[in-house]
Order: sequence, then C-alpha cells, then structure tokens
Amino acid sequence: MDFSDFLYMRSELSLLIVVIFLLLYDIIAGKKSMVYFQPIAIVLFAIHTIVTIIPYGTGEAFGGMYQNYPMMTVVKSILNIATFIVFLQAKNWFDTDKFKNERGEFYFLTLITLLGMYFMISSGNFLLFYIGLEMASIPMATLIALDKKNLKSAEAGIKYILSAAFSSGIMLFGISYIYGTSGTLYFNDLPQLIHNTDPLQIMGFVFFIVGLFFKISLVPFHLWTADVYEGAPTNVTSYLSVVSKGSASFVLMTLLYKVFVNLIVEWQTILFWIIIISITLANLFAIRQKNMKRFLAFSSISQAGYILLGIIGGTAYGMTTLVYYIFVYVFSNLAAFGVISTIENKSGKLNIDEYKGLYSTNPILSFVMMLAMFSLGGIPPFAGFFSKFFIFSAAAQQGFYLLVIIAVLNTIISLYYYLLVIKAMFIEHNEKPIPAIKSDTYSNVGLVICSAGILLVGIFSFFMESINQYSFGI
Amino acid sequence: MIELLVNSVSIPMVAFLIVSLIMFFAGVFGFLTRKNLIMILISVELILNSVDINFAVFNRYLFPEQMEGLFFALFGIAIAACETAVAIAIIINIYRRFGNVDVDNVNKLKG
Repeated sequence: MDFSDFLYMRSELSLLIVVIFLLLYDIIAGKKSMVYFQPIAIVLFAIHTIVTIIPYGTGEAFGGMYQNYPMMTVVKSILNIATFIVFLQAKNWFDTDKFKNERGEFYFLTLITLLGMYFMISSGNFLLFYIGLEMASIPMATLIALDKKNLKSAEAGIKYILSAAFSSGIMLFGISYIYGTSGTLYFNDLPQLIHNTDPLQIMGFVFFIVGLFFKISLVPFHLWTADVYEGAPTNVTSYLSVVSKGSASFVLMTLLYKVFVNLIVEWQTILFWIIIISITLANLFAIRQKNMKRFLAFSSISQAGYILLGIIGGTAYGMTTLVYYIFVYVFSNLAAFGVISTIENKSGKLNIDEYKGLYSTNPILSFVMMLAMFSLGGIPPFAGFFSKFFIFSAAAQQGFYLLVIIAVLNTIISLYYYLLVIKAMFIEHNEKPIPAIKSDTYSNVGLVICSAGILLVGIFSFFMESINQYSFGI
Repeated sequence: MIELLVNSVSIPMVAFLIVSLIMFFAGVFGFLTRKNLIMILISVELILNSVDINFAVFNRYLFPEQMEGLFFALFGIAIAACETAVAIAIIINIYRRFGNVDVDNVNKLKG
C-alpha cells in the first residue's frame, strides 16, 4: 500500500498528534501535573503552527477526496495563529477555580473543531466537506455550552446546535439535488456537469449556499449570531467570530471558484444583494447595542459582508484580498475580544456604559481597544484600512461600482459606532470606573501579538505579496 | 416475491422525491412553529432523514453503478445521531434548571 498520499495531509496529522497527546494528558495526569497542562498545550500548539507554516505543494489524496493547494496551507496557518492567540487569552479564564475542571475539555474540543475546519478547507468531495463542517460545528456547540452553571451559556448552546443542524439540513438537501442532477460528488468532476440551464441544479445550489451563509452568519440568516455571541463564554466567542467565520468564508470562495463556475451569473447576483443587506442592516443594528459582545457580534456580521466583496469578482486578486482581510480581521477582532475577556474575568463588566472612564484607570487596555476599533473601522495607518482598501479595489476592478459605493458609505456608519466605544473610554466621565486591572503574562503576550499585527501587517507589503503568490482565480 | 420486487421498482422516482420533499417542508414548518425543544429536534431529524431518502433514491434509480449516494446517506445518519446526542445533552441541562423544555423559558438573551 502506498502511504505517500498522507504527505499532503501533514497539517492535519500534526494537529491530530497534538489533539491525541492533550487528550491522553488530560485523562492520565493527576491534580499536580494538571498545573502544567495549559503551558504544555500552548507550547505544543505553537510548535504545530511553526512546523506547518511553510506552504507546500499542490496535490490530491485518496482519489480526489482530499485536495491541497498552497493557498489552503496559508489559510490553515492563519487559523492556527488565531487559535494560538485565543489559547493565550483563555489561560487566565481557566485559572479561576470555577472553570478549573473544564480546561482539558476546552483545549481538546477547540482543536477538534480546528481539525474539522482543516478537512472542510481541503475537501475534494461533498462527503468530506460535510463531515468537516459537522466536525467543526458539533464540538463548537459543546464549547458554547461549556459554562454548565450559567443558563445563558446553555441557551446559546441550544440555539447554536439547533440552527447549525437546521442549516446543515438545508445544505444537505441542496447537495442531494446537485448529486441527483450530476451523478457525482467530486469537486473535480462537478464543474463540467453543472449548467445554468438546469432549474433543479440551480435550486440545489441555492439551498446549498444558504447553509454556508448560516455558518458565515450573513444577514437573512444571522439571527442566531447575537444571542450565541452574548451567551457563550468570551473566549469561545472570540474563537467563533474569527476562526469559524474565516474558514467558512474561504471555503465558500473555493467552492464558488472551483465547483460552481458555470453558475457565476447566479451567484454574483445572490452575493450582490446579500452583501448590501448584510453590511447595512448589521451596521444599523450595531449602533443600538449596549453589550460589548452583542455589539461585536453585529460588527462581525457587517465584516462578513465586507469579506464577501473579495469573492464576488471571481479573480485571483479577489482571493488574495479575502485571505488578507481575514488575516487582518484575526488581529483586530482578537485584540478587542482580548481586552473584553480580560476586563470580564477581573471585574465581570460587559456593557459599553461601564467602560466609561476606562482610560483613567487602565490606559494600556484602552489603548489596545482603540487600536482594535480603529483597525475594524478602517482608519489609515492601521492594517484594517489596507485590508478594506484592497478588498474594495478587488470588487471595483470587476465593475461592481455601486456595491463598492454602498460599502464605503457603510464604512462611515460603522466608524460612528466604533468611535462610540472609544468616546466612552476616553472622553466620558464616570464616578466609579472599572478599577485598575493587572492582566497576566499570557493575555499580555496575546494582546502584544494582536497590536503588533494591527500596526505592522498593513505597513509591510511582505504579507500581502506572500499571500498573493499562491492565489488562484476562476 | 420476485413480482413484488419488480413492482416496487416500477414506482416512479418522482413519487419518492415528493415524499422526501413533503418530509423536508414538514420539518421546516415544525422547526419554525413548535414550542417544545424536543419537538424542534424531531423536526430537524425529519429534514435530515428526507435528505437521506433523496440520496438513496437518486443512487438507486439514476446512478446504480456507483454507491456514492448510499454512502452519503449512511454518513448522514451517523452525523445526525451525533448532532442529536449533543442537542439532547444541552436540553437536559436546560431541563434541570426549569423542569420543562419549553422554548418560552429560553429567552434570557435579548437585544
């Protein structure tokens, strides 16, 4: 038997080794050695990230079931970096007595969802794609409901698992019609068998794409987002908003580029309206949020709309800008969530009103929050501006001027609500501001990585260029 | 016996597809209208099972030389079972708080 196929799966295998090691460690280790569990988990995951960071060759394994392109490795590395930062931020959370017993489960479940996303990204067949998707979403529900004593957490968990199951049911129904009209499930064979003259196929395609929109949480399918983000533990929310969303949008793009090429007119129309509705409605809802996590939930919906601007052109440059946007979004969003989780762990405060006067007591935390908000809003020297600029130019190159104008106008609305947070922190006065917080080393390292990312990724063209050399278009 | 088998094959494919379509939309309707979490879960299962019927029927009638659709149906059943297990676990957690599983109780998160 030939085992050389496995060489293309080295990211998956490396992650699997980490997962199995951590699972055994959690089961076997006694109370004393569990103290070292989190540092070991973080170091092991860092090693995994470094080992698999170099993009490697194009290839297929298992008769086309599994595909790998260098671009997919790039995306996996970005997801790795994001997960690494989430782990750094979660360290503090699991040092409290309340969550001491759950730390093994958290790392194990998070890594399993990451493995599912790997398979989803690299799948070459709808079966593997579906298994990867469910592998990413079922453990995610248990992560969201991790806080067993907290009713909000359980409510968020049930909302997530039911809407995930419902959306994957709709998606499967679409896949079944695509199978019925084409007779194959392999991504390599499908493009020749899909035509825009077959109504049943188009219906299957629409059902299928709706399932993915649920995962990315775009507007008509976003209703679970705010509740789940608010109810879930903050570190899980940051993981959900960055890693889950980033992987799903990349998968959407590879599928549209590779499998549904012949339906380009249909999916461009769908994306056009979805982008307009997502960005506008999410921005309007974000203005009236009082809770930081709900606020970032709506902000992430509108960011997802911006991400789709990279897809709609169907070009290689669009793919570059999309991956670059996800890369920048990882740093900006995780910086914001890092500050929120630090403050929540130490003082339990989550409302924007309670952030008033934060600058007087916690200048560094409010500075990092300011960087994150500026980057999310797209203020020039920070990375967020460059990612937004590139993604707009990708859409404008293909002639979607109206769409770009609406998106730019929405950026102004989004600046308003991002600046509301900054105004609360820096300008407004508060009799009892949040007391000075001393954050631990791990979350400090996480925040430093995020701030460095926000400041440097935009200015140095190295990142954009190295992503660009691997991208492919239709 | 053989006659029975032949007769069962002569049912047109569309008949099966209509059954699965009815199941699918019954599931969607149930998901949107039911007030009990278990009933919502059953509705989701109805959707997933209708998909399995579709795969099996397409495979049997249109592409009998390959087994892709049947395998997809098998995997679909297994994954649906996993999904149900996790959902039931969370529902039990909710039941311990309230003593019932009505969706009207699960409304702590509001914008």
